[in-house]
Amino acid sequence: MITIALSKGRIFEETSPLLEAAGVVPTEKPESSRKLILQTNQAEVRLIIVRASDVPTYVQNGAADIGIAGRDVLLEHGGVGLYQPLDLNIARCKMMVAVREGFDYAACLQQGARLKVATKYVKIAREHFAAKGMHVDLIKLYGSMELAPLVGLADAIVDLVSTGGTLKANKLVAVEEIMPISSRLIVNQASFKLKRQLIQPIIDAFAQAIA
Amino acid sequence: MMTKTDLRHWLLPEYIEDVLPAEAQHIEQLRRKLLDLFRTYGYQFVIPPMLEYLESLNAGVGHDLDLLTFKVVDQLSGRLMGIRSDITPQAARIDAQRLNHEGVTRLCYAGSVLRTQADGAAQTRQPLQVGVELFGHAGIESDLEIQHLMVQSLRLAGATRLVVDLSHVTIFRTLINRAGIAAETETDLFAALQGKDSGALQALLSDADSATRDAIMALPTLSGGVEVLQLAQQVLPQYAEIKLALQELKRASQQLAELDVEVSLDLSELRGYHYHSGMVFAAYTDGQTSALALGGRYDFVGQIFGRSRPATGFSMDMRTLTALSAVSKLAQGILAPYMDDADLQQKVEQLRTKGEVVVVDLPGHQQQVAELNCDRKLVKNDKGWEVVANT
Repeated sequence: MITIALSKGRIFEETSPLLEAAGVVPTEKPESSRKLILQTNQAEVRLIIVRASDVPTYVQNGAADIGIAGRDVLLEHGGVGLYQPLDLNIARCKMMVAVREGFDYAACLQQGARLKVATKYVKIAREHFAAKGMHVDLIKLYGSMELAPLVGLADAIVDLVSTGGTLKANKLVAVEEIMPISSRLIVNQASFKLKRQLIQPIIDAFAQAIA
Repeated sequence: MMTKTDLRHWLLPEYIEDVLPAEAQHIEQLRRKLLDLFRTYGYQFVIPPMLEYLESLNAGVGHDLDLLTFKVVDQLSGRLMGIRSDITPQAARIDAQRLNHEGVTRLCYAGSVLRTQADGAAQTRQPLQVGVELFGHAGIESDLEIQHLMVQSLRLAGATRLVVDLSHVTIFRTLINRAGIAAETETDLFAALQGKDSGALQALLSDADSATRDAIMALPTLSGGVEVLQLAQQVLPQYAEIKLALQELKRASQQLAELDVEVSLDLSELRGYHYHSGMVFAAYTDGQTSALALGGRYDFVGQIFGRSRPATGFSMDMRTLTALSAVSKLAQGILAPYMDDADLQQKVEQLRTKGEVVVVDLPGHQQQVAELNCDRKLVKNDKGWEVVANT
């Protein structure tokens, strides 16, 4: 038996065709079902529906054998004890630094000013600014980051940007790309050794489907 | 009266716990069995200290353990001390500095270690580490002995299906050295390989020559059964070091197969790359989400203590091992009344000599006699003191 951890929404939608390529079809849709464990057409494979940011935790602890998680989530988690054999190139977007329109970010960099940065991605933001030698004070938020610069909570935000629509609507501009983000296939290390016969075909099918 | 704050005082730190009687008995029984097994292979038991000056404690294994080690200041010398987070380097120090044998030294140990972070399936910051280390022999024969002993130990602990994962640090190290890759990139490559992150590998290898790039990119795909070795021979460059490493892996897989163990090969597995120097291995079993035992060759750790000695060994966490077998009930005892009676004393001594648990029912606690866990009791009849069922 193997367990695959997925999050609802975009990741689930973009993973479904890959699962299908591996011959795995859930018997119920997570959108219509309130169940958190979904059986599939294969008796040996089941899906669990968890929050995106919890996927690495489930896989690391062996509560799931395989998971699909964004690079952002993996970096925040640390990724210790996980294999990430495939970049699935799905759920693509960018991790960006954004500021209020008219805010002179470049000048801040030059003068060595101390920035207040609001973000959900504390680890990524800390790494990014540390590598540039910038002093920042981080403010952890759980959502609606775009609001922070508008109400004076922060000078800048670090957030995922896919279309840029939300930034624009709130009069923010992206000033720096930190990294491109996409979703990865992650595998528990012990599962990879113990259940290779079940897991390897799924990895291979995914690899073929995205090639 | 107990208040809420009172209760909070007795809480243990996160991932630190008491081991209560039934489980403690289980752990202790297995610990004794394992140490007896090690003894029959000629491994001598040592008890290294709980803490040492930091420089010597993590010497040779460097920053791999630095973040995991709790540190305290020695009030006598003002120097920084570390509470051990791994006993292996201590065994290496004992071999290099204290015993000074010229030939082969075999050591074993069992003791608590402390880690700043909980890791492994046992989810504890205080693993009970048991292990063996073999110093002074550089050939495959000692690796085979260590792996043989590891399999016996895990069988003793109750493991049925065993998968042993083999790899060889020399393969990656040879590729890096031959290509002259900088130390900084090497560290990043190591991290990417451990995660089988081929995207990151590709990015890191963009400047490398194509032969090196192809070889390192192939490592994560070289995983599976023994057929991997043949594939590796075709895919990897024909360097003498790599050929030898593949031969050693083949020899080890043969022994493991003879021991009825499933062999898994994974050439991107490098574990403690900074101090490992040859074959590395890990044992897994169903239902356990981290390795049961980890080991490998680390020929240069002794160097820092003044003597470079070839070394190989493995270690295990007792808490993970005891999960492999059901906790047996505590042995039930015989209840003896508290009485100044020479015949009773003699009978009690006899029973205890035979290994029975005889518990004296101290006066004043007749109401709680059930807590003493006795299924029999001593009563006096016309034939003297006799053991009867405790109803």
